[in-house]
Amino acid sequence: MSESEFPRVRPCGDAALTIELGSDIDAGLNARVLALDAAVAQEAPAGVVETIPTYRSLFVSYDPLRLDYATLTDWLLGLARGPLEAGKTGRHWRFPVTYGGAFGEDMAFVAGKTGLSEADVARRHAAGHYRVYMMGFMPGFTYLGGLDPALSLSRRDNPRLVSPAGTISIGGIQTGIQCLVSPTGWHLIGRTPARTYDPQRRQVFFLEPGDSVSFRAVGPEEFAALERRAEAGELVAEPLTS
Amino acid sequence: MSRIEVLDAGPYTSVQDRGRFGAQRYGLGTAGAMDGLSLAVANALVGQPVGAAAIEIGPLPARFRAVDGAVRLALAGGLRGATIDGRALAFGETAVLAEGEVLALRACAKGVFSYLAFEGGIEAAPVFGSLSVHARSMIGSPFARALQAGDRLITGTAGAWSAERSLAAPARPAGPLHVVLGPQDDHFAPETIALFLGADWKISPTSDRMGYRLEGPVLAHKGSPNILSDGIANGSVQIPGNGQPLLLLADRGTTGGYPKLATIITPDLGRLAQVSVGATIRFRAVSLAEAQGAARAYAALLDSLPGAVRDIGGGALSSEFLLASNLAGAATNAEDWSI
Repeated sequence: MSESEFPRVRPCGDAALTIELGSDIDAGLNARVLALDAAVAQEAPAGVVETIPTYRSLFVSYDPLRLDYATLTDWLLGLARGPLEAGKTGRHWRFPVTYGGAFGEDMAFVAGKTGLSEADVARRHAAGHYRVYMMGFMPGFTYLGGLDPALSLSRRDNPRLVSPAGTISIGGIQTGIQCLVSPTGWHLIGRTPARTYDPQRRQVFFLEPGDSVSFRAVGPEEFAALERRAEAGELVAEPLTS
Repeated sequence: MSRIEVLDAGPYTSVQDRGRFGAQRYGLGTAGAMDGLSLAVANALVGQPVGAAAIEIGPLPARFRAVDGAVRLALAGGLRGATIDGRALAFGETAVLAEGEVLALRACAKGVFSYLAFEGGIEAAPVFGSLSVHARSMIGSPFARALQAGDRLITGTAGAWSAERSLAAPARPAGPLHVVLGPQDDHFAPETIALFLGADWKISPTSDRMGYRLEGPVLAHKGSPNILSDGIANGSVQIPGNGQPLLLLADRGTTGGYPKLATIITPDLGRLAQVSVGATIRFRAVSLAEAQGAARAYAALLDSLPGAVRDIGGGALSSEFLLASNLAGAATNAEDWSI
């Protein structure tokens, strides 16, 4: 892909578009997406409904009665070609996770495909320091970048209709934290008792794109204890100072 | 206030309005009525804003009873037998369900989703601006799930109207569903796109409010079937690794990692929603300008509905409605624009 290809805008039907700033998982690129998102929030023309920042693009839904595609596209491209101000630094969270067995039913498959032992898959996954590139798909689903390349695996050809709440999974070169029972095409390797979305909790969401995440492996007993605390409304994920 | 009690409801019956906007950036999807035009017709009849909350009733039978007072209601959308204590209830007309009377709905005879709206609306606390239920997100109001027997919803009490009211549901043409190609049409060879646009697609039994799965020829990706996950519009035509399209609808995820070959235009989403499992559909590509023209005509039509409601036994169609219908007609005519 030539560098001049980006930024580019693609239509998503009659009431949304995606502006792509690049094609990679890259912290600097993602920071530019978040900066563009912040600019849209502050200065967007009337008619923008909402945005979804992702790894390398910003999805913008708009009202075609109030704003036309060409006007919005020109405005976004103007911003994206200019110097985008970097946003604030994110926070760092540590999530407890129980790997394998009943907690991650694809662990044996992942180990087989990567040629690693199940213990090595867990060790390598827990050793990572990840950036929250985006949230999406389901409430609280957190897409993390920084996966050990040895753990990268193509998604399933036929997505699963059900996977359990709290699932930690691998899809391509991404890893994710899933809050709710949901369909998925990713490989399930573990579960966390922490809830990245809880409509009953005062803080419904606590992670933001740009935050960083690490994992701590815990056994099934600690998982059960932490799960009870999460049910009572605690975040369980620990905020770290560095 | 009166209340409407659920006596029986199939698994696909829930409170829905125009949808929930503003938290998609955290993965909280919009939900909302599968057929926005039918929701608007039901609401317009009972004097509610066209995007207000109503009960979306899936294809199976359902029964409701008025408690604590009389309820005025209207039905629109998927056609089915409907009676109030044995008296036939017509679609597109208001009627009063007296305290203790039972509204019985048979299985859908034509279509999938019917909409039951109430004078005074459904009273509940909005969550992120909407009552719409997204069961998998455990969100919605007053119940964060599909409706069940025994649930009671607070509605208005039927007022003294001089006459009941009617509204003819705007005609919906058959014909292909219109799509705008993209955002990832460049992941497919021209002949694959031609195959998508030329084939008959059968709605799979594993379809639901999240998406309608299609069965037909396998659509091959030019390269990897994986992309970096990005935002998903209502009506996205996503092609997963097995090459069978998944049409992402009201309960879709906000982002996803399979290429999206095209997006169904907003005015055609309700028409798609009413296609039953096992039936076949086709697609036709239109330009973005044509799609936005159709979207504007569709919005004008929705806005015109309240003005088109008339008393049964008198009154003529308002001029605003005729004007909007003409506008819609100009955008559609031979090109078969759906509404």
